[in-house]
Amino acid sequence: MSLIEKAMETVVKLLPDKPADPLIGAHRTVGQPVSRLDGPVKVIGTARFTAEVTIDGLVFASLACSTIARGRIRSIETAAARRVSGVVDVMTHANCPRMDAPPAMVRDPNGAAMSDLPVMQDDSVRWNGQPVAVVLAETQEAADHAASLIVIDYEAEPADLAFEAMVPDAEMPKNILGQSPDVRHGDAEAALRNATTRVDRIYRTLRHYNSAIELHVTTAHWEADDALVIHDASQTLQASRYTIAKAFSLKPDNVRILAPFVGGAFGSKGVWNHTLLCVAAAKLVGRPVRLMLSREDVFRATGGRTLTEQRVALGANADGTLAALIHTGTTAVTSHNSFPEQFTFPARHLYATDNLYLQQKVVLLDMVANTAMRAPGESVGTFALESALDELGHAMALDPVELRRRIEPVRDPEKGTEFSSRHLLEAYRRGAERFGWSNRNPVPRARRDGEWLIGHGVATATYPYYRRPASAQLRLGDDGHVVIRAAAHEMGMGTATVQAQHAAERLGLPLDHVRFDYGDAAMPKSPLAGGSCQSASIAAAILAVCATLVKDLLELATDGSPLSGAGVDDVEMRDGGLYLKDAGGRGERYQDLLRQAGTRFIECAADAPAPTEILKYSMHSYGAQFCEVRVSAITGEVRVTRWLGSFDTGRILNPKTARSQFRGGIIMGIGMALMEDALFDERSGRFMNPSLAEYHVPVHMDIPEIDVIWNDIPDPHTPLGLHGIGEIGITGVAAAIANAVFNATGIRIRELPITLDKLLAAGIGED
Amino acid sequence: MNEFRYERAADSATATTLFAAGTHARYLGGGTNLVDLMRETIERPDLLVDVSGLDAQITLRDDGALMIGAAATNTAVAEHRLVRERYPVLARAILAGASGQIRNMATVGGNLLQRTRCLYFFDGAARCNKRSRGSGCDAVDGFNRMHAILGASPSCVATHPSDMGVALAALGAEVHVRGASGTRTIAMVDLHRLPGDTPEVETDLASGELITAIELAPLAFAAHSIYRKVRDRASYAFALVSVAAALDIDPANGTIRDVRIALGGVAHKPWRATLAEDALKGQHPTTANFARAAARELEPAVGLSLNAFKIELARRVIVATLAELSSTTEPRA
Repeated sequence: MSLIEKAMETVVKLLPDKPADPLIGAHRTVGQPVSRLDGPVKVIGTARFTAEVTIDGLVFASLACSTIARGRIRSIETAAARRVSGVVDVMTHANCPRMDAPPAMVRDPNGAAMSDLPVMQDDSVRWNGQPVAVVLAETQEAADHAASLIVIDYEAEPADLAFEAMVPDAEMPKNILGQSPDVRHGDAEAALRNATTRVDRIYRTLRHYNSAIELHVTTAHWEADDALVIHDASQTLQASRYTIAKAFSLKPDNVRILAPFVGGAFGSKGVWNHTLLCVAAAKLVGRPVRLMLSREDVFRATGGRTLTEQRVALGANADGTLAALIHTGTTAVTSHNSFPEQFTFPARHLYATDNLYLQQKVVLLDMVANTAMRAPGESVGTFALESALDELGHAMALDPVELRRRIEPVRDPEKGTEFSSRHLLEAYRRGAERFGWSNRNPVPRARRDGEWLIGHGVATATYPYYRRPASAQLRLGDDGHVVIRAAAHEMGMGTATVQAQHAAERLGLPLDHVRFDYGDAAMPKSPLAGGSCQSASIAAAILAVCATLVKDLLELATDGSPLSGAGVDDVEMRDGGLYLKDAGGRGERYQDLLRQAGTRFIECAADAPAPTEILKYSMHSYGAQFCEVRVSAITGEVRVTRWLGSFDTGRILNPKTARSQFRGGIIMGIGMALMEDALFDERSGRFMNPSLAEYHVPVHMDIPEIDVIWNDIPDPHTPLGLHGIGEIGITGVAAAIANAVFNATGIRIRELPITLDKLLAAGIGED
Repeated sequence: MNEFRYERAADSATATTLFAAGTHARYLGGGTNLVDLMRETIERPDLLVDVSGLDAQITLRDDGALMIGAAATNTAVAEHRLVRERYPVLARAILAGASGQIRNMATVGGNLLQRTRCLYFFDGAARCNKRSRGSGCDAVDGFNRMHAILGASPSCVATHPSDMGVALAALGAEVHVRGASGTRTIAMVDLHRLPGDTPEVETDLASGELITAIELAPLAFAAHSIYRKVRDRASYAFALVSVAAALDIDPANGTIRDVRIALGGVAHKPWRATLAEDALKGQHPTTANFARAAARELEPAVGLSLNAFKIELARRVIVATLAELSSTTEPRA
C-alpha cells in the first residue's frame, strides 16, 4: 500500500458513518422472490445474444492458434486458406492493423485486457494457443475450414512450463490485488513450534476453466474511421471500451460497446486477444466482423484459474484457540498479467490469532494469461485453510463447528478494523441445526451402507464485500413509469430484476412501473460484474439518483401543491408519489406533479458516494457449507448426497435469484472438488482436454438437492443492507467435501480434484 | 471440416459399391463420433456413405439368435424387450454410455467403430501413431490416466471407448459384415485389434467392409447379467474401468458351469477376460476364487505413469461384480 493510500485509510477511519439506508428492512418488492424479468425473452428465444446480432455484410472469423509455447514465427503459409471459396482475407502479424498494447485489468485501474502483450503485432509467440492468424470469410464454415489449412513454421525457444520445478525460485509480487503479499503479526513460526497441537500441510489445486456456456464472441463494426460499434460477450463494458479505445487510439466516446445478454462469464469475459483481433479484422476488411471462439479456442486463447501450492500451518492452544496461523504458497502467473489468485485473503480476516504469517509468491510461466474465476483466491484458499482447520479439529478431538466458535475474532485480525456485519457463528448455528450436524459421528469411517462409506463435512465460506464507483440515470414519465439506466451487466444472475425491485421499493412504485436498462457502455458508470460488487455498486447509485429525484420533484411543486416549500427531509416516496411525512401525509402522485409542471418527463443522474466504508470496516460475507458424501470402499468413487449452504451475506434482495446464485456456486465448487482439471502438458505448454467432453464439470447426476438458507441480517453500512453473492457460493465447498471424505474414509486428500485414483492410492477399502 | 461428397446408400450392397468410389471413404452412421472428428480434421474423408437408413431391425431368428441391424440406434437396442429380457447386460452397458441425445443418434455399427478418446489422438499438434504412422506417441509419457493396461504397445496405449462393445464381447456376439467380395461373420472379440506396431489399423475389417448386423446367440444364463462402469463423474464420462459379466451356476454342485467377463476402459479393444473365465469354470463362486481369477486376468497388466491404479481398480470391480452376480444368481437346471 502506498503512503497516500495509508493516509487515506487513516483519515477515512475518522469519518462518521453514512446514515444507514432507511430501506434496510423494506420488504414490499425488495426481498420478494420475483422471477427474472429477462426470463420470458430467454425462454421464447427472442433475447439476442452477441453471436446472434445480425448486421449486413457480416464477415465471419476463425482463429489459427500457435502450437508452440515460445518462439518466433518463421513463416505462415496462407495460400491454401486464401483459395477456399468465400475467404475474404487472412490476417496475420504481417497485415494486422497497428494497435497499441492494451491496458491490462488490475495493472491499469481502467483496463480490461487479460494480458498487456501487444496483439498480433510481431512474429513472437508467448504461449501455446496464442492466436497467430485470423481467417475472414463469408461463412463460419469457410473460415473454420480455411483456418485448418494454414501452415505455420516456427522457431521454437525454450519455454518455462514446469510449475513444480520453479516453485523454489518463486518471487514475491509487489502486491496481491493491492494488498501486501507478506503479512506478519507476531512470530507465527515460533508460536507454531510451541503450540499444543500442530497441523502443517501442503495443499494443491490444479487449473480450472470458467467454461461459460456462451462462448466468447465479439462482433465489431467500424461506422467511420474513428467510430466503432462492438457487440461483445463482456462482463466489463466500460473498461473494455477504455481498453479498446486505447489499443486503437480512439476516443472512448467513439467506441460503443453493447452486451444486453451474456451467457455466463464467471470472471473470464474481459478483453482477450480475440476481442481486439475482431476489431482489427473489421478494420482490415472494411466490413463488420464476428469472431466467436470455438470451445477449444476458449482453452487456448483465453485463460482460466491458475494452479496453487499452499502451505497451511496451524498451532492450537489447549483451549482450542489459535496460537499460530500460517498460510503461504505459490501460484503460476505470466509476465503480462496480474492475477496472483489471492488464496491468502480468507486467512486475513477469518480467525483470531496473535501470530499470523501470510505470504504469496508467483512463478512466471509461458502460458496463456490466467484470469479470475468465480471467487479467485477464496475458492482455492478456503480449500487449504478449511481443510487444515478440519485436520486440527480432528487432532484435538474438537468438533469443527465448536472449533470455529473458539477462534472467532472480535476485530479484523490483519487490519484491526471493526467488522461491518459478521454473523458467521449464527450461520454455523442455523446450518448445524438444519443439517442435523449433531448426528454426525466424529469418528472417521464409522458409518457405512453396504460398500458406501458415509461422511459429513463442514467448512467456512467467505468472500469480501466490494463496492465500486457507479452512477445511475433516472427518467420519470408523466405516466408514472420509471426507467433507470446504468452500464451494468446481466449474465443470468438477475441484475436487472433485483435493481428494478430496488428502484420500485425506493420510489414507491409497483414493480411493473420500473425498468432497469443496462448492457451499453454509453450508459452511466458501472463497474465490472465481478468481485461480487455489481449489486451493491448499482444499488448505491440508484439510492443516490432517487435522492436527486426527490430534490428535483420538489422544485417542480407548484404553489398550490401540498409539497410546496417542503424540504427533502420532509417527504417520502410511497404509493406512486411524493408525500409529506407528517401533516396528514398529504402529497402528490408523480404524474400529477409532472403534469402540473407541464412536463412530460423528468430526468436526473447521480453518482454513488465513494465507497469509503470498505476502508473503514472489515467487510465480508460468510457462510457455512455442510455436506454428506458417500465413498465407495471398492472403487473410491465419491458421490455428494446432501448439501446445505447457510449464508451470512447481509440482506437478501430476491430469494429466488439468490438461491440460484448460491446453488450455482456450490455446483461449481463440487466440480472443483471432484473433477475439474484442465490438463496442461508441461512438455508443450498445451491444454490437452479443451472440450466439455474431457474437461469435466458436474452433470445432473452428480448434484444432490441443494438446500440454502441465510441469516438475512442487513449490513448497516451498505445500501439496502445487501452484500453481493455471486461468488461466495463456491467458497468452502471443496474443503467441506474433502472434510466429509475424511470423515467417511479416514483418508485426507490434499490435492484437488478428489478423484478415485487418489483414494485408491491411499488404500481405501484395504481392510 | 474439409469438403466431402455425401451419398446415401439404399442397401448394403450399394453401400459397398459407393464406398469403393472414394479415396478415403467412410461409412456414416449417427455421426456422433465421425462428424466430431471431421470437425477437428482428425478424420478427412472425401466421401461419406450414409448407412444410417439401412437395416435397423431387431428380430428373433428361428434358431433363437437375436439379430440386430447395424443401423439400429443405441436407444432402440437398449429399450428392446428381448434385449432387456435376455441380455440385460447389453441394455445396461448402452445406458451407461453417452447421453440420451447421443444414444438416439448413434448406431450399433458406428458405436463399435468409434475411435479412441486419447487426448493426443484428438490434438493435431500432438504426436500420435494412430493419426500419423511413425510420428510417435505423446500419451506414453503424457496424460495417460485413461489409457490401456492390457494389450498396449510402445506405439499406442489408447483404449476403445465403447460400453456397448464390452457387453457384446461378454455375450460372444458375432459381427456380420459385407464387403466387395461378399459377406462373412467375425467374432466380436476378433473385430478389434491390439495396437502392435500398426495402431492405425484398428479392426479386422477390410477396406470397404460394412458391418450389417450383430448376432447374439441364445445364452440363457445371460438373462441375469450386469454391467458396472466406474468413471470420474456420475454420467457422461468414459469408463476408467467397466465390467460386463454373467454367471451360470450348476445346481448339482453349486459350482460355476459357465461365466462371461469382459472389461472396458483397459485396452485397445473390448477385453474379453478369458483367463479369468477359465480360472473360474468348475470352481465355487467364492470371493477368494473371484479374486484369484481377477488376478490371473490382470497378471500381464502394465501401468503407465498415471493409470497404474486401473489394475487394482479392475481387480476390485471384477470381484465386486462377480460377487454381486453370485449373490443374486439362481442356479439353473
